[in-house]
Amino acid sequence: MKKLLIKNGKVISPADGLNGELDILVIDGKIEEIGSELEDKEAEIIDAAGKVVTPGLIDMHVHLREPGFEHKETIETGTKAAAAGGFTSVACMPNTDPVIDNASIVESVINKAEFEGKVNLFPIGSITKKLEGEELSEIGYMNEAGIVGISDDGETVMNSEMMRLALDYVKAFDLPVLTHAEDQVLSGDGVINEGYYSTVTGLDPIPAAAEDIIVARDIRLAELTDSRLHITHVTTKRAVELVRDAKERGVKVTAEVTPHHFTLTDEAVLTFDTNTKVNPPLRSEEDVTALKEGLADGTIDAIATDHAPHAFEEKNVEYNYAPFGISGLETALPLVITELVKPGIISLEEAIEKLTINPAQILNLDRGRLKEGSKADITVLDLDEEYEVDVDEFYSKGKNSPFDGFKLLGRPKATIINGEVVMKDNQVL
Amino acid sequence: MSFKHKHLLDLMDLTREDIQLILDTAESMKEIFTRSIKKVPTLRGKTIINLFYEPSTRTKSSFDLAGKRLSADMMSLSVSTSSVVKGESLVDTARTLEAMGADAVIMRHSIPGASHLLAESIEASVLNAGDGSHAHPTQALLDMYSMREERGKIEGQTVAIVGDIKHSRVARSNIWALNKLGAKVRVIGPPTLIPVELEDMGVEVYYNLEEGLDGVDVVNILRIQLERQEAGFLPSLREYTKFYGVNERILELVGDEVTVMHPGPTNRGVEITPGVAYGDQSIINEQVTNGVAIRMALLYLLTGGEKIEETTN
Repeated sequence: MKKLLIKNGKVISPADGLNGELDILVIDGKIEEIGSELEDKEAEIIDAAGKVVTPGLIDMHVHLREPGFEHKETIETGTKAAAAGGFTSVACMPNTDPVIDNASIVESVINKAEFEGKVNLFPIGSITKKLEGEELSEIGYMNEAGIVGISDDGETVMNSEMMRLALDYVKAFDLPVLTHAEDQVLSGDGVINEGYYSTVTGLDPIPAAAEDIIVARDIRLAELTDSRLHITHVTTKRAVELVRDAKERGVKVTAEVTPHHFTLTDEAVLTFDTNTKVNPPLRSEEDVTALKEGLADGTIDAIATDHAPHAFEEKNVEYNYAPFGISGLETALPLVITELVKPGIISLEEAIEKLTINPAQILNLDRGRLKEGSKADITVLDLDEEYEVDVDEFYSKGKNSPFDGFKLLGRPKATIINGEVVMKDNQVL
Repeated sequence: MSFKHKHLLDLMDLTREDIQLILDTAESMKEIFTRSIKKVPTLRGKTIINLFYEPSTRTKSSFDLAGKRLSADMMSLSVSTSSVVKGESLVDTARTLEAMGADAVIMRHSIPGASHLLAESIEASVLNAGDGSHAHPTQALLDMYSMREERGKIEGQTVAIVGDIKHSRVARSNIWALNKLGAKVRVIGPPTLIPVELEDMGVEVYYNLEEGLDGVDVVNILRIQLERQEAGFLPSLREYTKFYGVNERILELVGDEVTVMHPGPTNRGVEITPGVAYGDQSIINEQVTNGVAIRMALLYLLTGGEKIEETTN
């Protein structure tokens, strides 16, 4: 019988109404008891005095690159990075090679994660075969194999009829459709946000309208089909307004935002550092303000990293030639605390909601809570630790972060999965 | 005053004083042109490499001549874009150039910011000879020099830049330089070729040529790229010429005091008529001559050659 006792931490679980100094006793991977001054002489003790204890963090949007792009990341290195970042569960996108568009690849990813993964891994299947936007993937078979949603992330299903069919079809399996909102004809060869900085740098622009148009379309289609739509990486002011308005009308729409989109503006591109090249692009100050408002008023449900690791040599090229993406798992929580919680944009409880119970509910995961009898996925945070980001210390193979050298406040200190401590004091065990 | 920059990547970061120093240095360089032997040993022993990822006869020759007139060892490396796509990396090329002992690398590249990447990857000084739509600092500096020479001053002058502003590195660099030197800047072109939020760079935008040219001192006409029509920015070149082409009638309208400039090569009969290009008000040929002086000045300032006075013959 394996026992773990987390003592003296401030336990916060919004879904369970917990917010106070409590101890948590874990036995054989499950939460046995939550209460004051618990004792168990046989238990391994984690002293969480002065720290915050939350349900294990969930990142509903990562790219682990396996199969096909193991030089960028593997399930092993990606889930280690997740553990280092305080995440106990991640959902991985299907734009691998081959694409996760059938049950056998879903199974192989799940099997690999069982042997090599450090955290819980939930695959997302593709909407269309090979992400080509032309034929629906075998969503039912993939659902049986264990997917938690469908997405052609990285590509937009540009054919509106195909998107409608996908939204209709998933209702049989109660899966969400996670949409990548980008009118790819309008964004063309663009690499950065259209605005003052695209004009100054001469880099090809992507207008905010490219996102707004597809967000508007997909909300309308979700309304038409009465299906569940989740909008990934929202970045524009208008998209936030569209989601807010749709929610008010009762459309089943949810949305996420990434830490880099609420932290940086397109001004960062002036350096031509390819670590600022992301899709959707870093937006204007006005958009960033709108994202923060959306987070504060609940329009944006989740914070997800869109962890997109790339090999060093792939990013160390001219801006146009570099792939889009930031390695995000290991800086997400510190950015949430530094950029959102400390300045009072959202409360700590709201931040935890957006990193635990909300993504769990969107993906139908039985996670994101701290209650007796539930799986002991737990994260311990230090809100006050100041540290400087050093990409060389990342567990991820992707060192492509624009936050290298940033001084951030707050850090995950322990990651516990099914009662097993997999990360402690910034070391993945 | 000395030039404190190691590279010349764009004009955004240069001060008014920096620009004036370059222009003043170019004046002493131009004096060398008048000598019977147009060559000084200032950069003897320095290795300067022309690294061109895009074909450009004019800029490349101008740099080549500038280096040779200062006695530098000039070398040219033309890299086809196809080899880049095949995986040949700019950073690797930079290391090769370093191994060859380059003191300065002059680079032309189709991607904005490519010269920044080169500057980060190499110890030598980097001169941006045009990077995509981003910057063409030496062209803008030679434009400033030519304008100052022709008009006597830049401060207070009203300068109109006409054409494809959206894709023009010349326009962007000119806007920075003109604003720093106290000129008033207008841009004129079809709305599809004007980038967003351009006014924030300190310019007035006109879509009508005649309105935009009213009261200007200088008109700087950009080369229109033929592929812009194919990409759908323009209905036809014929229509562009009708509404934005500078011809004798337009010139008559704006008056004979207006100076006409063009970075070359011109599309004769498209954005400019031959009569305007070779007319009395045009300083297009002087721009070419001044380009060599400006590039000599920059090679001298960036590679820290011997003092000109000491090396004059």
